[in-house]
Amino acid sequence: MARLHEYQSKALLAQHGVAVPEGGPASSAAEAAQLAARLGGPVAVKAQAWVTNRAATGGVQFAQNPRQAEARASEILQMRFGNFAVSEVLVERMLDIHHELFVSVTIDDAAQAPVVLLDLHGGSGIESRAESVQRLPVDTRRGVDAQALRAVLGTSAIDAGLHDDVVSAIEAVVDIARRYDARSLEINPLAITSDGNVVAADCRMTIDDYAVFRHPELPIEIARELDHPATQLERIAYQVEQADHRGTFYFAQLPTDDVEGSRGLIGFHGAGGGGSMMSMDAVTSVGFTLANFCDTSGNPSAAKVYRAARIILAQRGLVGYFGSGSGVASQEQYHSAYGLAKAFWEINLSIPAVVRLGGNGEDRAVDILHGVCRDADSISAPVEGYKKDDTPAFIAQRFAQLVDEAAGRAWTPQPRRVPAFVDRTYHFPIHHGTVWIDHEHCDPATTTFVVEHSGGLLTQRSSLPVLAVSEQTVAGMDSELVALEVECRLARRPVVFVDLPIEGLDTDGSV
Amino acid sequence: MAIIIDQSKRVLVQGITGREGQARTKLMRDYGTNVVAGCTPGKGGGEVEGVPVLDTVAEAIQAVGHVDISVVFVPGPRVETAATEAIEAGVKLLVLVPDRVPLWDTMRIAAAAREHGAAFVGPNTLGVLSPGRAVVGMIGGRAESAQQWFNEPIPRQTVGVVSRSGGMTSSLGYYLSRAGVGLSTLVHVGGDSVVGLPIPDVAEMFQHDPETDAIVLFGEIGGTQEERLAELIRSGRVTKPVIAYIGGAAATEGTRFSHAGAIIEHGRGTHAAKVQALRDAGAAVVDDFGLLPQTTLDILANRSAPAARSSSAR
Repeated sequence: MARLHEYQSKALLAQHGVAVPEGGPASSAAEAAQLAARLGGPVAVKAQAWVTNRAATGGVQFAQNPRQAEARASEILQMRFGNFAVSEVLVERMLDIHHELFVSVTIDDAAQAPVVLLDLHGGSGIESRAESVQRLPVDTRRGVDAQALRAVLGTSAIDAGLHDDVVSAIEAVVDIARRYDARSLEINPLAITSDGNVVAADCRMTIDDYAVFRHPELPIEIARELDHPATQLERIAYQVEQADHRGTFYFAQLPTDDVEGSRGLIGFHGAGGGGSMMSMDAVTSVGFTLANFCDTSGNPSAAKVYRAARIILAQRGLVGYFGSGSGVASQEQYHSAYGLAKAFWEINLSIPAVVRLGGNGEDRAVDILHGVCRDADSISAPVEGYKKDDTPAFIAQRFAQLVDEAAGRAWTPQPRRVPAFVDRTYHFPIHHGTVWIDHEHCDPATTTFVVEHSGGLLTQRSSLPVLAVSEQTVAGMDSELVALEVECRLARRPVVFVDLPIEGLDTDGSV
Repeated sequence: MAIIIDQSKRVLVQGITGREGQARTKLMRDYGTNVVAGCTPGKGGGEVEGVPVLDTVAEAIQAVGHVDISVVFVPGPRVETAATEAIEAGVKLLVLVPDRVPLWDTMRIAAAAREHGAAFVGPNTLGVLSPGRAVVGMIGGRAESAQQWFNEPIPRQTVGVVSRSGGMTSSLGYYLSRAGVGLSTLVHVGGDSVVGLPIPDVAEMFQHDPETDAIVLFGEIGGTQEERLAELIRSGRVTKPVIAYIGGAAATEGTRFSHAGAIIEHGRGTHAAKVQALRDAGAAVVDDFGLLPQTTLDILANRSAPAARSSSAR
């Protein structure tokens, strides 16, 4: 997650010269009591959750002694904020605050530069005081303009003797934002205590997803902006993306608790960010609720599309699978078709699937999908492929019709079908998988077929198909091999199987 | 006329020896783009698709002369270095195709571009295509698809397309063409939060392009580009009709929807706010994407009929 908890961002502030209240995180009430005892005196107990109204909803409480701290922590650790269950609290020495400032470093997309937002009166309710917030431009190399900062402070009631300290603190905050590639870094309030110290009393920090790779020191598990803690399935999907950077792969689960009046939960597989959103809007407007949002685009490999489909369909209770992107893809669409066809066959899909595969290679793509899925001994669900001249509104209607015809049949995730010849026949490894060829059933005609459809990767030896290139060369050819497997199945010569296990899904049971 | 790219522009490809660089150089040349050189550090001396390869941008310019546009195909984390090199070598327009460019890198590129009077499209852009003329980037995928999909300009019937989504750029171009609309230029501004040439800037370029009769927009949740376009319309700096669709009506706050820029943060950048801002300014915003071509045709017909001119979309 590319958001840091308050205590995590405060550790960064402290490390780079911005004072924070003394304290630390606790994940149990007993731990909170110990911390309070060590700190001595009154403490604040703060839920570590990514919400804006934490104080107003009881997520920040005060305690006079360790016993009270324990009680407060125990209360807070049972709270939920939206999709977040609280699993940690921050226990801090209480500050004696004399003045509060609001300081935030954020990205100004119009200026193509960072900006410091400064309000001379911090604290809660800052959102409603937008007019009084000063905007100070930040130069990506030189930081914030200290002169401008001093000019703003000059209009405040803050003791002039403290201006230098406030300026230094804000400069340090900007430097931390730059150093850690922050998308936003908000200190609310930056407190001036009665004894004249400048202390960051609260801190919220998000890191740019695309820069997380530069910061192995940060406690970020998955680089994603989500409105909930990452789910098990999201973690699995993230690992798949990290293992294969060919094309975009984005997966997020969406809230499914509010489906009153919905036609049902669906698995959603888009292609391209904008096309995905447009398609999501189309299928939502006919009454469905997305259980998840997945996007594979930018010329993804067949293996990646296959894994995406399997992850989408690892969610229980879906009434259908809806796939649609921009509809006029620049990339060749048959790679996606092979990936989908393989996934639908392996899990024996039993809910309707409608997939718009418009763009380059769309005729071939739709033929592949229909060929595999309409085979009588293949899968039971209706699977329909569409092309660029079929509008999203039309396919959304068609999808609704198919779901209605299926009369509310809901999906239960299935373990994948693995042919019997796997584990006991000819095989070779590829990246994150293994290719199996059933030599026992390779009659001469089948061998010829397999070799001809292997794109030069296989050759004939003793009338059997074997690897023609080095293992290193074949390792990244998963798209070609998935295509071969599907073509063999289409030709009723199912002697090839590309085993592409998904860590966490196939290797240790289902989700 | 067209904006940003036509066949007269001299184009350099940075990262030309990479997988994408090679494939896209072929597409661009097949479509008519004047690719004059390529560069990849350490790979100078050879040729790709008949294009000479040099080690650096400066060497390329020395070898082949002036370069108008550099299109960059290097991995996201290396884009800043490549872009800065081109800007410092005097290239005035860059097209940054890769995704996963860190945000602060983009802002540093923007600062360098401002300093040197340069501009950039992207990052995370499919590029820019002027039908029948030239393409920079990868819109269309194959040259023959791009030729079939996108109409050339048609008098009094030509729109400029600007989009925050690459796929939707092609998609809009295709559906508008099929409906009989001509296209001056298709611009994918890029999917990130900070882009070099945002929608309002592109709209102003279309406003000044005599061949463009109207502007068709695919917008998305997040950021302020659509709101800023509404401001330009309101202030009279963009007076050509704007026909728009905004994606993300069903999006929830706080979750990023694939594109780095497609996230509603602190209640800003919502679908409703963008639609409202554009409608208040006088743009035609459709709720169903499928209605865009017909709405565009209707508005163009209204505009070219002299009697209806005063009561057009404005």
